[in-house]
Amino acid sequence: MRPAQVRLDGWGWRHAGRAAWATSGVSLRIEPGERVLLLGASGAGKSTLLHALAGVLGTSDEGEQAGSLTVDGERPAPGRSGLVMQDPDAQTILERIGDDVAFGLENLAVPRDGIWPRVRTALADVGLDLPLDHSTERLSGGQRQRLALAGALAMRPGLLLLDEPTANLDPVGVEEVWDAVARLVADRTTTLVVVEHRIETWLPLVDRVVVLTAGGGVVADGPPDEVFSAHGAELAALGAWVPGIGHGLVPRVPPAPQPAVLSARDVTIGYEADRPVRIVPAIDIPAGTSTTLTGANGSGKTTLALTLAGLLPALSGHVEAAEAISPQGRPSPARWRSKELLTRLGTVFQDPEHQFVATTVADELAIGLRALRRPAREIDQRVAELLEQLHLTRLARANPFTLSGGEKRRLSVGTVLATSPSVMFLDEPTFGQDRRTWIDLVRLVTAQLDAGTTVVSVTHDRDYLDLLGEHHVHLEALS
Amino acid sequence: MSLSNRAPLTLLDRVNPVTRIAAAVIVSLPLLVTLDWVSGATMVGIVLVAALALGFPFGFIARRVWPVLALAPLAGLNMALYGKPGGSVHVDWFLVHITDNSLRLAVAVMLRVLALGMPAILLFTGIDPTDLADGLAQVWRLPARFVLGALAGFRLITRFVDDWRSLALARRARGLGDTGAVRRWATMAFAMLVIAIRRGSKLATAMEARGFGTAPRTWARESHVGRADLVLVVSCLLAVAVALAAAASAGTFWAVWT
Repeated sequence: MRPAQVRLDGWGWRHAGRAAWATSGVSLRIEPGERVLLLGASGAGKSTLLHALAGVLGTSDEGEQAGSLTVDGERPAPGRSGLVMQDPDAQTILERIGDDVAFGLENLAVPRDGIWPRVRTALADVGLDLPLDHSTERLSGGQRQRLALAGALAMRPGLLLLDEPTANLDPVGVEEVWDAVARLVADRTTTLVVVEHRIETWLPLVDRVVVLTAGGGVVADGPPDEVFSAHGAELAALGAWVPGIGHGLVPRVPPAPQPAVLSARDVTIGYEADRPVRIVPAIDIPAGTSTTLTGANGSGKTTLALTLAGLLPALSGHVEAAEAISPQGRPSPARWRSKELLTRLGTVFQDPEHQFVATTVADELAIGLRALRRPAREIDQRVAELLEQLHLTRLARANPFTLSGGEKRRLSVGTVLATSPSVMFLDEPTFGQDRRTWIDLVRLVTAQLDAGTTVVSVTHDRDYLDLLGEHHVHLEALS
Repeated sequence: MSLSNRAPLTLLDRVNPVTRIAAAVIVSLPLLVTLDWVSGATMVGIVLVAALALGFPFGFIARRVWPVLALAPLAGLNMALYGKPGGSVHVDWFLVHITDNSLRLAVAVMLRVLALGMPAILLFTGIDPTDLADGLAQVWRLPARFVLGALAGFRLITRFVDDWRSLALARRARGLGDTGAVRRWATMAFAMLVIAIRRGSKLATAMEARGFGTAPRTWARESHVGRADLVLVVSCLLAVAVALAAAASAGTFWAVWT
């Protein structure tokens, strides 16, 4: 492998049919073997730049280019560049891991004899010691990302591009991917460009930090120490987790031990009777307290939360709500009517898009209240309040599906806050969120707790656990 | 999928998946254009013997074929009651005419449904999508873009099933689970569409980043057809010939256009 050189001169890109440039005026030179961390607020065009360097931005049909961008003096092309993206689910291409890694080599027309040795080497390099016909469906998030990395590496790219490769992973997965990347770039035979909010993770690996803004091109460029001492506060305000600038929040004083508002005994959880996920002998959710639920991928955290939240019936055993929050004489949440859940048990799903049902942000917030037949004036007032609180007022008329990741997350939390449930479930609320949204979320949750709401969060996030792990439940990995 | 549902190892594993498709076509075409009980019965017999000889356990055949077994008498009953009348009349009531002719049709249709359904089900059982794609692209020379796009897209179906389930649970969580099933379904369908397009385009980008769709490509695994494939195709042609000859010699041959 020969490391690639990257040159951009006044480069910009506008997607077809858009008035605004996704990014413009970027001038940048990256020398062979350099390792660069690319930062910028969401919407600064980091992903667009990475896609351009990977050669997947498309032709003039798909957008308009300004200035020039070259890799080793030529137009970038897959193979010379390798790209790993954020979503582990979305970049597994084929059913068997060997085939998945071989895919790029086939496309580059590598002769058959040359393919399999390169596949084996790439899999070994990322530490995936599994048979070539192992199903990609049975991989964890960290394994999938390493598979994607192997797929890129097998092509022997001189330029490796990582677009938030660990944002959707649990701590174990982050470590696996980090270790693999660290080994790969150790000998400087690959130029590395990585985009990631969690700066601290990648700092030991990079020599240089480049900061991008939407209209202004490169606004800071240099060794990490220099960039952070000159622009640290500014970057933190834009949403980056700058080393040395934390979230600035302190844990609230946890309440004295409280009686359980929900409890489960000997429950078998799962979606289908013939495929139980696991048995949970006993769990109690203390009232007015923040409960955090952790466990490895596939340990059934989400399934347990959905079962406690009255959305999935337990396959066997009992889930009971305290009398104070139950409809007269009916303690089992899975039997409650959908409307009865609104003021009792609220759930924020991992993927906000799963819970959007309206065509505007304001309607989205109003729907639960309308289902409860609250007076129109009360609804309008509550919606206006929530929009303000979630910083979504200027987006009140926008379609929820068109929001950014952070805005979608805030809106999905807002839909649950609207009907003020006694217990609120949050599934991975901070996954992939930048610092600003992260702080917003933790503040919102803390305010709910202070107002007496019970909160249950499924999470991997260590900072979140430090602040909100008042009652901690860990599910052991299933063998 | 539980173990008992998994396809058993059979001699069919030695042939290319595309040959299985070809075999299913060979077996079913003549049966689609003829309609008599002798050829149907002969075919059912041959398929049963052949399936056992290929290594399908009897229990597996029974489990897989029972939906067809259940369907065949229904189709037959229909024919018996409403089929084209002819010969002596047994029952005549309103639109229902049970005659010699309609009874003969009923038996022929029942056997036909079985003779068409059994080989198709058994031939398609346990085809690995990856191997099929290799065969379609390399043996049948279908465009790689189309075949691999379909194969990669096929994997997304599992995701879509999970998405749909979450969408339904989320509707319950949002207080929309009690009434308005049509409206609820519409919001789920819309969300599903958006999510599907998004997942699809991400996958397309991932494929493109690995050089998909540019120049001529190579294949990591050779998909070939050999003696076993020839044997299967010839056997199927023979089976069809035997079935039609049996009908001709019994004097029952009856093509749908006559």
